[in-house]
Amino acid sequence: MEAVLVTGLGAVTPLGVGARALHERWSAGACAIEDGEAPCADFDATDFMSVKEARRADRFTQLAIGAAAEALADAGIAGELPCDARRAGCVLGTGIGGIATLVDGQDTLRERGGEYVSPLAVPLMMSNAAVAALSMRHGLRGPSYALSTACASGAHALGCAMRMLQSGEADLVVAGGSEAGLTPLARAAFAALDALSKSGISRPFDARRDGFVMGEGAAVLVLEREGAARARGVRVHGVLRGYGASSDAHHLTAPREDGEGQAAAIRAALADAGVAGEEIAYVNAHGTSTPLNDRAETQAIKLALGEHARAIPVSSTKSAIGHLLGAAGAVEAVATLLALRDRIAPPTLGLSEAEEGLDLDYVPGAARPLAAGPESPALALSNSFGFGGHNAVLCLEAA
Amino acid sequence: MSTAVSEEQIEKLVVESLETFGADPDEITREATFEALDIDSLDLAELSQIVHERYGVELKGSDVAAVKTVDDAVRLIAGRV
Repeated sequence: MEAVLVTGLGAVTPLGVGARALHERWSAGACAIEDGEAPCADFDATDFMSVKEARRADRFTQLAIGAAAEALADAGIAGELPCDARRAGCVLGTGIGGIATLVDGQDTLRERGGEYVSPLAVPLMMSNAAVAALSMRHGLRGPSYALSTACASGAHALGCAMRMLQSGEADLVVAGGSEAGLTPLARAAFAALDALSKSGISRPFDARRDGFVMGEGAAVLVLEREGAARARGVRVHGVLRGYGASSDAHHLTAPREDGEGQAAAIRAALADAGVAGEEIAYVNAHGTSTPLNDRAETQAIKLALGEHARAIPVSSTKSAIGHLLGAAGAVEAVATLLALRDRIAPPTLGLSEAEEGLDLDYVPGAARPLAAGPESPALALSNSFGFGGHNAVLCLEAA
Repeated sequence: MSTAVSEEQIEKLVVESLETFGADPDEITREATFEALDIDSLDLAELSQIVHERYGVELKGSDVAAVKTVDDAVRLIAGRV
């Protein structure tokens, strides 16, 4: 089957606007978390859209528009699509959708009455608002839809895009994830679940970890089949080699403690890629900094990769930008590809106290070179696991 | 409404609303069409809400559908208040 190539990258994250800011700052050990949260403080929607368009978009859509602008420009298709527009698809993941719009509408309803709820409330809050905006802005007239699997949404969207290209349903797919959940409602709701860090520190795999830190942001990738991408001579960032998904079928929020559900997704991604576990040079962990995830995920990596799990670096982007929920899988795919390109493993920040059983090489402190040399293929896994027991794993290869 | 509302006041409200919706202030005249101002059905639904809040006047979807220019809108509202 023809390879699926990544020809465009875009990201808006708490580390800054642009995929480069994410990669370079995380690799340098920068942490964007302040006062227990990680907002995209540098993002100004009107840099990417008119005032009218900004009014017509919840923040999760604005962030997606910003990331997509970069990704399409990067793929050299900001002006005109390289394929029939009816063969250009779009899939975006979001965990929650337009929650700030929802809350505003509820406030208006309570304070002023139903007749004052904005006619923009539904088109802004709907989970497909961001994907609809990208389809309209860029004239993507093939299949487009939103996908929602909580914190695995971004990874599932990329897997889905890969399948759209492999099946021939589309010739180019713009895919990723976005989330803008930094609202009092989401804070209170995640806190009530004991999922949110009380200390406000994201330190995945550390014995003192006490929950995730909420962030916001978006990442968008442009994917094409190899033949078409090579024919138009676009720069290639890497290959989406494999995608594996599974479900825990276990609990609404907790992962299976034995890691079996997550391990099944890792094995599926490897099988899909035609890659042996021993060929993997780096794992970008889901690594949420919650007590349950980091333990189950460590177990899952060991189950799927065996002894090789101890020989390779495993690090968490969430140590630098917190948890971007439905955007996380896409943002972390971007971070993984750029890390592979530079043959480095970026660090897990804030990790200094080991816990029994959490004994992989989590790259504490500072980035390190990968064992994969410049001549050999550099392969990595990017893990994403969502509430509801949805597991999605991507296998990526640097160009 | 019992107290007199001038057409100028209504025009001011309409123009301010259109500016809020993102229309170019330099392009807004009585003769300007909503199409030219990039004002669509969602904007007109918002305008209906603003008019209702200010003047207590209900504009139906069918009323608004026939409105093509700023002048049409001002006259429609002036005829109801």
